[in-house]
Amino acid sequence: MATALTRKDFVSDQEVRWCPGCGDYAILAQVQKVMPEFGIPRENVVFISGIGCSSRFPYYMNTYGFHTIHGRAPAIATGLKITRPDLDVWVVTGDGDGLSIGGNHLIHALRRNIDLNILLFNNQIYGLTKGQYSPTSEVGKVTKSSPMGSVDFPFNPITIALGANATFVARSIDVEQKHLGETLKRAHSHRGASFVEILQNCNIFNDGAFNDVTDKAIKADHQLVLEHGKPLIFGKNRDKGVRMNGNRPEVVTLGNGVTEAELIVHDETNLALAFMLGNFQAPLPTPIGVFYATSRPTYDAAMNAQLAEARAKQGEGNLADLLKRGDTWTVS
Amino acid sequence: MALPPEAAGHAAESSGLGGGAAAKPHARRDSVVIRFAGDSGDGMQLAGMQFTAESALAGNDIATLPDFPAEIRAPAGTIAGVSGFQLNFSSREVFTAGDEPNVLVAMNPAALKANLDDLPPNGVIIVDREAFTEANIKRAGYSSNPLTDHSLDKFQVFQVDVTKLTTAALHSTGLNNRAVFRCRNMFVLGMLSWLFQRPIESTERWLEGRFKKTPELLNANLMALKAGFNYGETTEMFASSYEVQPAKIVPGLYRNITGNAATALGFVAASVKSGRPLFLGSYPITPASDVLHELAALKNFGVYTFQAEDEIAGVSSAIGAAFGGAIALTTTSGPGMNLKAEAIGLAVKTELPMVITDIQRAGPSTGMPTKPEQADLLMAMYGRHGESPIPIIAASTPADCFECAYEAVRLAVKYMTPVILLTDGQLANGAEPWLLPDVSKLPPIKVEFASNPDGFLPYKRDPETLSRPWAVPGTPGLEHRIGGLSSEDQTGNVSYSPANNELMVRTRARKIAGIAREIPATTIFGDVNGGDLVVLGWGSTYGAVREAVKQMRDKGKSVSHIHLRYLNPLPSDLGEQLRKFKKVMVAEMNMGQLLKLVRADYLIDAIGCNKIQGRPFKVNELINRISRSLEG
Repeated sequence: MATALTRKDFVSDQEVRWCPGCGDYAILAQVQKVMPEFGIPRENVVFISGIGCSSRFPYYMNTYGFHTIHGRAPAIATGLKITRPDLDVWVVTGDGDGLSIGGNHLIHALRRNIDLNILLFNNQIYGLTKGQYSPTSEVGKVTKSSPMGSVDFPFNPITIALGANATFVARSIDVEQKHLGETLKRAHSHRGASFVEILQNCNIFNDGAFNDVTDKAIKADHQLVLEHGKPLIFGKNRDKGVRMNGNRPEVVTLGNGVTEAELIVHDETNLALAFMLGNFQAPLPTPIGVFYATSRPTYDAAMNAQLAEARAKQGEGNLADLLKRGDTWTVS
Repeated sequence: MALPPEAAGHAAESSGLGGGAAAKPHARRDSVVIRFAGDSGDGMQLAGMQFTAESALAGNDIATLPDFPAEIRAPAGTIAGVSGFQLNFSSREVFTAGDEPNVLVAMNPAALKANLDDLPPNGVIIVDREAFTEANIKRAGYSSNPLTDHSLDKFQVFQVDVTKLTTAALHSTGLNNRAVFRCRNMFVLGMLSWLFQRPIESTERWLEGRFKKTPELLNANLMALKAGFNYGETTEMFASSYEVQPAKIVPGLYRNITGNAATALGFVAASVKSGRPLFLGSYPITPASDVLHELAALKNFGVYTFQAEDEIAGVSSAIGAAFGGAIALTTTSGPGMNLKAEAIGLAVKTELPMVITDIQRAGPSTGMPTKPEQADLLMAMYGRHGESPIPIIAASTPADCFECAYEAVRLAVKYMTPVILLTDGQLANGAEPWLLPDVSKLPPIKVEFASNPDGFLPYKRDPETLSRPWAVPGTPGLEHRIGGLSSEDQTGNVSYSPANNELMVRTRARKIAGIAREIPATTIFGDVNGGDLVVLGWGSTYGAVREAVKQMRDKGKSVSHIHLRYLNPLPSDLGEQLRKFKKVMVAEMNMGQLLKLVRADYLIDAIGCNKIQGRPFKVNELINRISRSLEG
């Protein structure tokens, strides 16, 4: 294609039907905005989703798209990517789709390191079914299916991904447009399974779930933007940091003898650090950005390499010879 | 030995036991059924398979039926651990592995006990005498030694010191007892090869391949095989050997093949002929895993095998591969079919081609994993929510699995639909000689991807087949979205229009029903213009039904046989053909599933002949059932 693509080229003719004010709009806009930067023809891009609010996503992208069944998008994407490594395959899922009904497929796609871009919209609620607690909802959450409060201990998407040996694990936020765009670009440039948790506000059933990291008045004191090689500093005045106290992380205020040199320096190749950051809970800030990135052969490339190796060693298969393999005899 | 009645005019039969004649005569037999039985670690499957290969090379027609426990190694010496392999080899056409063995090889008391009920009076039993120790006898549940308590008096028992003779033969090898013990099956195979005049060269070649990397084991197995063969010749126990002449079969090049191997090859052939790569997404399950194993070894054919994390991922990955333009497959057995149902519905709705192979086993639930049954037919027909018709094809013999697998792919890509291929545990592991097809004469499988953006719509249908275009990612200008939500005619856009939903449901149903146009006319074995009774069968019951009908016709009975390959849609002339008969009997290994369909579709008062024991029909069972029906 001679002319470069623009955001509009990735907008489909379908009317977007999320609830007004849904965080999904912002994510869709950001994905459509960054897609042209990859320089990949639209026909080589495929969005695959499962079931849930987030999973309507493919209908709105003017690429190839497949709205599949609940939880199975990573498995369907796996079959496509293995046989069509030429394609740029994205998986869009949610906390229920990806971590509850489809948890098995998600962890296996991650450990196999299928070259997929997996976006998990985490709103900590079941939206499409009108407001039941999800596997990422906090204990005590009162919903229609948990009138006395949920007794269900939640999953942490970041540590699930790390535990599944994902090679790229990041988190961003629907309304942090710039950060989200940059995170999507990093995820896309990663070869292998890229896992991005996107904190997403469901303004109907779980409004304000991420207020601490999205409310302009307070977010700076709760949001820790991870940058490789940089110390963990946050706060409105960039005066807070995280350092190790023994083998536990603690928040400190810079100054009064506390210097940057004492702070933890983020290293996205350090799995142990990634786990620790993934487990940050108040009063520690909520990290966003790339927790972990490493390089490992992808399943799809390894499988295709085996096919090429078999052809190189044994020659292209000959059907007539194959049928004759083993002991044969002639009846005359 | 009291083998079956021989054809007239052949060499005299010896009385068997202790004949002691110096010159050993041949006695001729039309067919012989041997069952090898032992602990699952005794190598009886291998001995049986090699005896089969030898018999095939000897030109006999053959049919086999392995019978193994679900446990890989049940406690040694127990009934639960008994593994069997039955082989029918004949100088005439055979359709089944035989109702009852003429010869039972029992490597221990449990193997004897587990199989004795199937043996006819005067049947031959060959045992390893040393395995009948007090402990083994007790473990098998005998209260006294059957070799000495006269409970076997109505049989011909040959007590061979297999262990001692094998040990003696391998004395020079210096191998330990365990390794020597594992060569007993080759001693037995050698002995039987002599007894039935089988050439052992093919087994020698096979051993050379199997033990390529362990020359000491190769040597030991070869020595045991030859020792067994020579023992047969020299012992005074066997008065004669037996000859089963080559069968008169269609000329051509043959090989022996199991149903699972044939299934795999059928898929590869379809991939080669269509020019598209093959993708199998599968989760290991008995008795389907061998298809995965076969295909995993054929990567130089561009075959992708993906061992998925579960059954759902198996079928889902296949759907993804189909979306991308591959010949997509998933293989499983009953429990896996249950799990795949939702995803199969997605393939129906999105009209993507793929083949789902259900290698049926006895259920419900985990059931009897290694035993065959045909009780998944109605699940294949109806086991999804909503209206989701799927073409169903069933293979009738091990070799037929090749054609059926090929045909399933052909229909899938022509009609843009998932297709269910039904086989079962009996076909999967059973083997028969296969007349190799001429690759150039296989029907073409035409795959044409949509490529022209002008007027492209994802659900714009071919006027004849009603199939939608296969528009694969990577094609410029055809970017589109599909999904499980109800979608608009032509565009495929999400639509909740009531009338449109009905239109799409009915159109998909018409598409599948329309396949009947190309289903060959029903062939009747027997009275083509009608008669007293027709047995309608499908799947692996073919051999037993055909043999039973043949035998009854030989006795002048007006009994015919129709065997179905296409179960959905059914052949369009089937109702008309069935109505020519006074009685229609549907024989199947379930409680009457095809029976229900036939009664519902044709309003014919058909009757059932059913067996749900995890075992194929015996010919005599069918004959008895048919006879009763003819009298009634």
